[in-house]
Amino acid sequence: MATSTFSRIRDSDLYYSFTHSPAAMISALVALLIFLGAVFAPLVAPHNPFDLASVDLLNANLPPAWLPDGMREFLLGTDDQGRGILSTVLYGSRLSLLVGFASVIFSLIVGVSLGLISGYAGGRIDSLIMRIADVQLSFPAILIALLIDGVARGLLPRDMQDRMAIYVLVFAIGISGWVQYARTVRGATMVERNKEYVQAARLIGMRPFTVLRRHILPNVLGPVLVIATIHLAVAIITEATLSFLGVGISPTTPSLGTLIRIGSNYLFSGEWWITIFPGIALVLLALSVNLLGDWLRDALNPKLR
Amino acid sequence: MALLDIEKLQIEFTNRHGKLVAIDQVSLSLNKGEILGVVGESGAGKSTIGNAVIGLLEHPGKMTGGSVRLDGQRIDELPRHEFREVRGRRIGMIFQDPLTSLDPLQTIESQLIETMQVHLGLSMHQARQRAVELLDSVGIEDAAMRLQQYPHQFSGGMRQRVVIALALCCEPEVIIADEPTTALDVSIQAQILDLLRKLCKEKQVGMIIITHDMGVIAEITDRVAVLYRGKLVEEGTTAKILGSPDHPYTKSLISAVPRSDVKLRRFPMVTYIEDVLAPTKKEFDVATHWLGQERDFGQHKQTPLLQVQDLGMRFILRNAFLKKNRVILDAVKNVSFSIREGEVFGLVGESGSGKSTIARLIAGLYKANQGSVIFDDTNVSSLKDERRLNAFRRQIQMVFQDPFSSLNPRMRILDIVAEPIRFHKLTANETQTREIVGDLLDYVGLGSQALKRFPHEFSGGQRQRICIARALATRPRFLICDEPTSALDVSIQAQILNLLKDLQEKLHLTILFISHDLPVIRQMCDRVGVLRHGELLEVADTETLFSNPRHDYTKHLLSLMPTMHHLSREGLELEHA
Repeated sequence: MATSTFSRIRDSDLYYSFTHSPAAMISALVALLIFLGAVFAPLVAPHNPFDLASVDLLNANLPPAWLPDGMREFLLGTDDQGRGILSTVLYGSRLSLLVGFASVIFSLIVGVSLGLISGYAGGRIDSLIMRIADVQLSFPAILIALLIDGVARGLLPRDMQDRMAIYVLVFAIGISGWVQYARTVRGATMVERNKEYVQAARLIGMRPFTVLRRHILPNVLGPVLVIATIHLAVAIITEATLSFLGVGISPTTPSLGTLIRIGSNYLFSGEWWITIFPGIALVLLALSVNLLGDWLRDALNPKLR
Repeated sequence: MALLDIEKLQIEFTNRHGKLVAIDQVSLSLNKGEILGVVGESGAGKSTIGNAVIGLLEHPGKMTGGSVRLDGQRIDELPRHEFREVRGRRIGMIFQDPLTSLDPLQTIESQLIETMQVHLGLSMHQARQRAVELLDSVGIEDAAMRLQQYPHQFSGGMRQRVVIALALCCEPEVIIADEPTTALDVSIQAQILDLLRKLCKEKQVGMIIITHDMGVIAEITDRVAVLYRGKLVEEGTTAKILGSPDHPYTKSLISAVPRSDVKLRRFPMVTYIEDVLAPTKKEFDVATHWLGQERDFGQHKQTPLLQVQDLGMRFILRNAFLKKNRVILDAVKNVSFSIREGEVFGLVGESGSGKSTIARLIAGLYKANQGSVIFDDTNVSSLKDERRLNAFRRQIQMVFQDPFSSLNPRMRILDIVAEPIRFHKLTANETQTREIVGDLLDYVGLGSQALKRFPHEFSGGQRQRICIARALATRPRFLICDEPTSALDVSIQAQILNLLKDLQEKLHLTILFISHDLPVIRQMCDRVGVLRHGELLEVADTETLFSNPRHDYTKHLLSLMPTMHHLSREGLELEHA
């Protein structure tokens, strides 16, 4: 039977295991809600916290709406500049997700390409790439990201720093994460390379690059998908950490990490909501993505089924 | 009363797609000192019966009816801990793969002694003495010393002997052997079967031997039960079942067995297998069809199509800076032969003899260390120019051994078969490509409804047909078949071999046919080369080789073939009889 893509998905084992895992469905729902809220922040958020015209300093440090002094207009309260926390969280997760996705895609491209080359070519090229990976693995990822970030700041002229911050961050987080992809893909490639369908492709005269792209790449992507999902959570947290340490995105366009940092200054003066709500958003986001990744890993691993 | 009595056994597997009846109302019985063969093709449920008897049926398999009685006592309903007493003590099991059925971290001694202490309550000293006797009786020399060794220090055949000793150590009443020789080379298979038969008769043990191999059945069983899709279709004495079977399935199964003693023109059509999706294949006029055009031949040549001269290939198993520290394997040593246009040339040898390496050298997948491959008067091994090389690649194609890894699981059949056509730009446009891929699939018996499907939707035999279609898609002159049927059931093997014979005749293909299976070689090949440890020992016409082998090793190989003269010859067409 020739089947449409839709019914293939519906009949797949993956779909079945998804509908039979409450954890996966709940975390998918949470992740989707945050994701949609972030993407459609301009439509969903009550205010635009970056629009200085809509910000009123008189509304600064208001508590959440259900507490005395709270205003209904600011459901989760406001920060020291009078920006609504709900709005900043929505806009902030937008940035966090953007940086997360961009850096995952960046590491994925670097890691998968190097892994494919390494696994297929073998020999000296393989040794070279894998030794570089080993060296990098002996540093913690956050340290590498910090290092790259610091160097970039030193090199860039002051006026460009804020504009370039997001690219630098993506590059830093991306580079610190490629090793995992490369190692996994290299292993899978070495297995696939010896399979007979690859030999059949070589037999008709295909060049290695074409064989890699058409035959091997689609067959090594399964584990990559799992790593990418879990890596997304890691990347979001790394971004938050860097922003919390003050080397990430500038306070004028805050991400979740920046929000938590700003808010933590007010924690002891009683304005807990400024830091707690972005914190909750970050935890929910990272947790749901992580749970999704765990489920995906189990569902794709036939040995655990 | 029979020793083991299986009555109306019913086993079902439940999954989310529904319920599958794996064993349907099967009744069998086994007497003391008797060897019962259970034969059937994959999916027939043979192993499931064995597992049910020994209580190793795994989830989601479930026994839903019937009973198993050992010596009149019902054992299938015993609680777990009591069943453990039966298993090992009263019923022994021999598994297929001797490489994985022994614990690699324990010596043979501790594995044997542990079992005996648990089940027989022997003292350390008694157990050790018995272990030595047992190893002696299964034909392991120097038993006292070998006892101290670990499994990896034994060869495959020796390990299977140890597994047999392990199954025998508690003097069981019944032994279940699940494909005990499938993982072994022919020469070792014969020894193991002899040993099993001898032990069975000596110790008056009942044995159920589960196998797909008619040769094994013919060699050692007293009675045979034939299974087809979970049902028992026929049961009787071995001579009766093999000599004059009643059931049409048994007949077709026996007619599909490659004979070592006669050459058939074709295997009689094997009914009972629904492997062919489009049995009515269109007749092609090869001369006018795309497949027959531009095949770069026609001019009748004096020189052979393929010449292999002094070919050598060495693998560096362990590299080292100093030459003397390198570990080197000479997989192919100074091999020379030639193949004429339109001929089927066979290469036969046991595992590790270099057959597949030679195939890959000719196909250009490996680079030879020495010697040359001359195809159509051109030295292909020294060609550097990519474009000229591609022209040759198009003419040499290959059908691989493992139908499960030879198709890209993420591509549709259309794209798999069309890939060589598109790559070499053999057609004018995409519409023509699709049409030709459809024709090719028709030609190999699959039909064009296969086009949009993915490989996992096909059985092993069907996949092998797809591989053949892909190999034909470049319009090759020369086809290398590397053990094309060794992963398939015998009836499907017969179909694939028939298909290859037809193709060879109609398309005038030249074929290099590689196999470890002498009867298959006899059915397929015009001439045969015998390989051992990378050396070509002898090349001869097939008939000459089988009737009059020159080299001692060939004689040895021939003597190991299972005898098949008492197999029914109903419906067979003999070659120039």
